[in-house]
Amino acid sequence: MPFDAATLLSQLFTGLVLGTIYVLLALGLSLIFGLLTVVNFSHGSFYMLGAYLGFFVLGFTKNFWIALVVAPLLLGLLGLLTERWLVRPLYGRSIDDPLLLTFGLSLVLVEAARLVWGKMGLTFDPPAALAGAVNLGFTYFPAYRLFVIAATAVVVVALWLFLERTTLGLVIRAGTRDALIVRALGINLNLVWLLVFGIGCALAGLAGVLAAPMRGVYPEMGVTIVIESFVVVVVGGMGSLLGAIVAGLLIGEVVSLTTFFAPKMADIVVFLVMAVVLLVRPSGFFGEAGLME
Amino acid sequence: MKAITRRTFLRAGGLATAAVVLDTAAPRVTLGQAPIKVGFPVPLTGPYGAEAADQQAAATLAVEEINGRGGVLGRKVELLVRDDQLKPGVGAQRTKELLENEKVDFVIGGLSAAVQMAINEQTKKAKVIYVSISQSNEITARPDWSPYTFHEAINPFITSHVVGSWAIQNLGKRIYVLYADYAFGQQLRDGIKLVAEKSGATVLGADPHPLGATDYSALFPRVQAAKPDVLVLANFGKDQLNSVKQAASFGLKSQMKLVCPVFLGTMRREGGPTVFDGVYGGTTFYWEIGEKIPTAKRFADAFRKKYDRPPYDYAGYAYSGTRLLLEAVQRAKTTEADKVIAALEGHTYDYYKGKQWIRKCDHQSFQDVYVLKSKKDQKAEHDIFDVVGRVEASEKFERSCKDLGHA
Repeated sequence: MPFDAATLLSQLFTGLVLGTIYVLLALGLSLIFGLLTVVNFSHGSFYMLGAYLGFFVLGFTKNFWIALVVAPLLLGLLGLLTERWLVRPLYGRSIDDPLLLTFGLSLVLVEAARLVWGKMGLTFDPPAALAGAVNLGFTYFPAYRLFVIAATAVVVVALWLFLERTTLGLVIRAGTRDALIVRALGINLNLVWLLVFGIGCALAGLAGVLAAPMRGVYPEMGVTIVIESFVVVVVGGMGSLLGAIVAGLLIGEVVSLTTFFAPKMADIVVFLVMAVVLLVRPSGFFGEAGLME
Repeated sequence: MKAITRRTFLRAGGLATAAVVLDTAAPRVTLGQAPIKVGFPVPLTGPYGAEAADQQAAATLAVEEINGRGGVLGRKVELLVRDDQLKPGVGAQRTKELLENEKVDFVIGGLSAAVQMAINEQTKKAKVIYVSISQSNEITARPDWSPYTFHEAINPFITSHVVGSWAIQNLGKRIYVLYADYAFGQQLRDGIKLVAEKSGATVLGADPHPLGATDYSALFPRVQAAKPDVLVLANFGKDQLNSVKQAASFGLKSQMKLVCPVFLGTMRREGGPTVFDGVYGGTTFYWEIGEKIPTAKRFADAFRKKYDRPPYDYAGYAYSGTRLLLEAVQRAKTTEADKVIAALEGHTYDYYKGKQWIRKCDHQSFQDVYVLKSKKDQKAEHDIFDVVGRVEASEKFERSCKDLGHA
């Protein structure tokens, strides 16, 4: 196979974009798990709904940028409702109960999307300003994919500032460490949990809108990717945001490079990585031991 | 629970008798005789949903036309559509339910080279006739084939020979293949390698992607580094749309020609003229051939009248396959499998696109194949292809009866 530095570099770039979508999904999953210890299986469906609502808002306003902001907000709202009315009654029970509930919810949402928007899926075009390809020197790269990298970077930095520099962020971090003590300090953790669930779902919605112009919109779009995103969370360490970012990008690059050197392996390499990481570091890159028990 | 009194029992019995008497008085389609049931498993959900919907629509049209003419053998025909989800296991399960619970007389359907094998396994065991309406090499070959198996669609072998030879002659001899990693894609890959070998072309590489893959970008640098003249995208449904769309966005179309061996009107229409500009491919039916072929015009008009859109190639398979089977039942004057098989073998017909025939040894339907180019200046929503080549139906593009294991 003839290849050179330019080819390898473009391969790394494609991997980066694959990674960004994993990062956005894994961040939401990890945030929710870290604070609520809820394994949110409906995350893939929220991703799918983000894409559909983005399409809907785009059709309504003819403006991609509005869709990019409004759809995640709607998903955040849906997240708030889900936490308040579906997940909250299950707190204090075993970890399986919310898992089963959200799994069921994901099936309902996929079926609902089929009923409302049809089984065939929709085509979502990138905004005109980002339609072309950009010459990076070593390859032509779609402008839209560069935008996805930039947008993810902005979201990650914003999330980090929110968690590190605001009072609410402090409460969230404290709640992850020891919910009981935070409660004892007189803080209403219910409200914080509600908010965090909403933020996590909004992130999934954002990932959906961002992915739609690259991959299209269809009811089953979240089914496979949610499993891969769980792998990312496990590899990064359950509940660790830094882990979600590092593992997301790593998995994206590993998939991309495997596709280049051994295309037949690309399908299973994600799970190989997980198996190896779990053998060497059972709690993932940055996970705390014993969190799952 | 309310006890049934003698009086109510008599009244109900009287009504039932009256109903039967009245029914037998009605002409042709009678309630007394059970309908002829046709099971129809197709992947309504998943990446091939658009083509499955077309199949369902066309089979429904065929059944309605037949019932409108008084049914088959004076019996109404009932189509039982099931979603196989594009999964062999689900396809087998749905077919089994159709056979055992619904007691269907025949099965038509399948839209995957993998799922149709699962359907065929079930119908074979039950000795029920199955008409496959999607591509597969194995379905007509032993050991998978059975006397109950019929194949209305063409197969990857014929497709890759017709489309592959055309591409090599007209577009270039350096070929790269990206294929969906299951029976259909693998069979197309092998077919294209064979054609390339025969005609002095080179296959520089052939890389798989999972069925239903959403992102193809990681496959492109390898393709670009090989610098082929032609990139063959041996996939189907949403995979075709996504891979063409992403190849376009990465600028591959300025470096090589794109060829989709089974070029789907459903996906081309969804993707639009810009995304598909300059893409070539093969098909067994495009509504425009109706300008020359009367049956094609009749079919396209009838479909358009009912659904407000023209039929594409997989709609054609479903329509033709349904009529093929039911009209054979009419000729055989029975639903008994052996007699219907005899009425089908060697049968020549023209339901929607010119002459077709069923080869006796393997039950393969032979038919014309077309080469298409995506149209840039489309004038209407469904004015999407230019027909750039037509290859007349011939058994010479298919493996011989002996090659397929038929004595």
